[in-house]
Amino acid sequence: MKNQSQLAPWLFLAPAFVLFAIYVIYPIFQSIYLSFYEWDGLGEREFIGWGNYVELFYDPQFVVSIRNNVLWLVLLMLAPVFGLGLALFLNQQVRGIRLVKSLFFFPFVISLVIVGVIFSWFYDPKLGIINIILGLFGITIPSILASEQLVTFGIIFAALWPQTAYCMILYLTGLTSINSEQVEAARIDGAKGWDMLWNIILPQLRPATFIAIVVTVIGALRSFDLVAIMTAGGPYNSSSVLAYFMYEQSIFSYRVGYGAAIATVLFFITLAYIAYFLWRMIKQEGNF
Amino acid sequence: MPLVAIIMTSFRSLKDINAGNYWGWPEEWYYENYIDIFVNTPMARYMFNSLFISLVATLAAVALSTMAGHALAKYKFRLNIWLFALFVGGNFVPFQILMIPVRDLTIATGLYDTYWALIIFHAAFQSGFCTLFMRNFIVALPHELFESARSEGVSEWNIFWYITVPLVRPALAALAVLIFTFVWNDFFWALVLVQSDAARPVTAALNALKGQWIASWQLLSAGAIIAAMPPVLLFFLMQKHFIAGLTLGATKG
Repeated sequence: MKNQSQLAPWLFLAPAFVLFAIYVIYPIFQSIYLSFYEWDGLGEREFIGWGNYVELFYDPQFVVSIRNNVLWLVLLMLAPVFGLGLALFLNQQVRGIRLVKSLFFFPFVISLVIVGVIFSWFYDPKLGIINIILGLFGITIPSILASEQLVTFGIIFAALWPQTAYCMILYLTGLTSINSEQVEAARIDGAKGWDMLWNIILPQLRPATFIAIVVTVIGALRSFDLVAIMTAGGPYNSSSVLAYFMYEQSIFSYRVGYGAAIATVLFFITLAYIAYFLWRMIKQEGNF
Repeated sequence: MPLVAIIMTSFRSLKDINAGNYWGWPEEWYYENYIDIFVNTPMARYMFNSLFISLVATLAAVALSTMAGHALAKYKFRLNIWLFALFVGGNFVPFQILMIPVRDLTIATGLYDTYWALIIFHAAFQSGFCTLFMRNFIVALPHELFESARSEGVSEWNIFWYITVPLVRPALAALAVLIFTFVWNDFFWALVLVQSDAARPVTAALNALKGQWIASWQLLSAGAIIAAMPPVLLFFLMQKHFIAGLTLGATKG
């Protein structure tokens, strides 16, 4: 019996683990390995050491992509803030609130492709609502998605819509587990408004805040879909991000080794957050 | 709500648009846009592709990770927490670091441009999140149950099949809804692993149509509504499960 109990977990784990190892774990190392080669994806590979990384360092599109990723990281952080605001607002016992809540969940359920289509249409220079509204005030702006200065802001704004919904869901579930006695006690002590929010509510929402920030950071670093759909990195690569830059180099320019180097950079940036997340998780589990 | 605007536009006729009515109430509810899409594009095919891929991948991921979650939750062994961390961490990696090897592997195994290219990849990748989810659910099940079964001499497989599986049924529903939505909404892999209409999911198809129908927003809106329908319906029908799933997966992480 003892034997069976030692072997059993491995048998249960094997199918998922083998698949996960082949499709997720091993490819990471393979990509890092490829990043030291010059390769068009078909022909001979040529080892060039750090060559791809040196080239990246001087590539203006890499600089633009990094800058845009930083912009994404910073601005997407508005999602947890808006999400918290919405959650506090929707966390009331009013008739019909359930329906209103589910309407606010929507953007999270639909694909980013659809979000991209909707916002491309809002930004359409001739038919889009943005230009029509601004036109009423006599303001004309250049087409948002065709302007090198505005395009990334336009895409991030679109990304905020589903991301805010996601954070709101996390906060709403966090709010259900709030200790109402503490809130009551604070109220008796005369705490209200901001004071209450800052000192009583927010500390209890810390787990929700942590997750909201983690998923938002990962979301910002993963941003690919909206860029591909709304602008394909344009105009003149001005809205490119690392994820898109990598895809474009490997698929359209047949520079697979170079693409792998971009992916490796992106991976190590993400790894910093993943490591922090895992470290916290393992610390919490403690009992192992 | 942007959604109301897009629903209205999907029913707008070209006449309305030419008359300058872009954002008001449509003159008449013009459902021909929807017919147009099904007649002039293989939309029915795309929808079927997405449906088949999402269903099979979800089933596979959930089944595999229920077993893996059971192993990580109810057995103590040395590498346990590290394996768990691997599943959780792998779940967050950027897709681009996997792209080239996974694409090459798919081509080498002859699966490129078939349903199975996407099904196997999604099943593998989602089993990371699913294992996290199932493990956290199973870990909370009373330990005595497993101990007493074991001391009765019940085999390990029967413990899994007759104790764990029935108890995790509510979690399975929640997880399945969530994973189905994730897989349905995938765009990147649909772009990388598949290229012909025969296997292309609706998300990648919509992107291609966007290039074709420049500024035909009424058609594009109708297409977007169709593509959004299954996850939205699922969400409405299973709202309780959906939220439960998200909460369980997130707060425990």
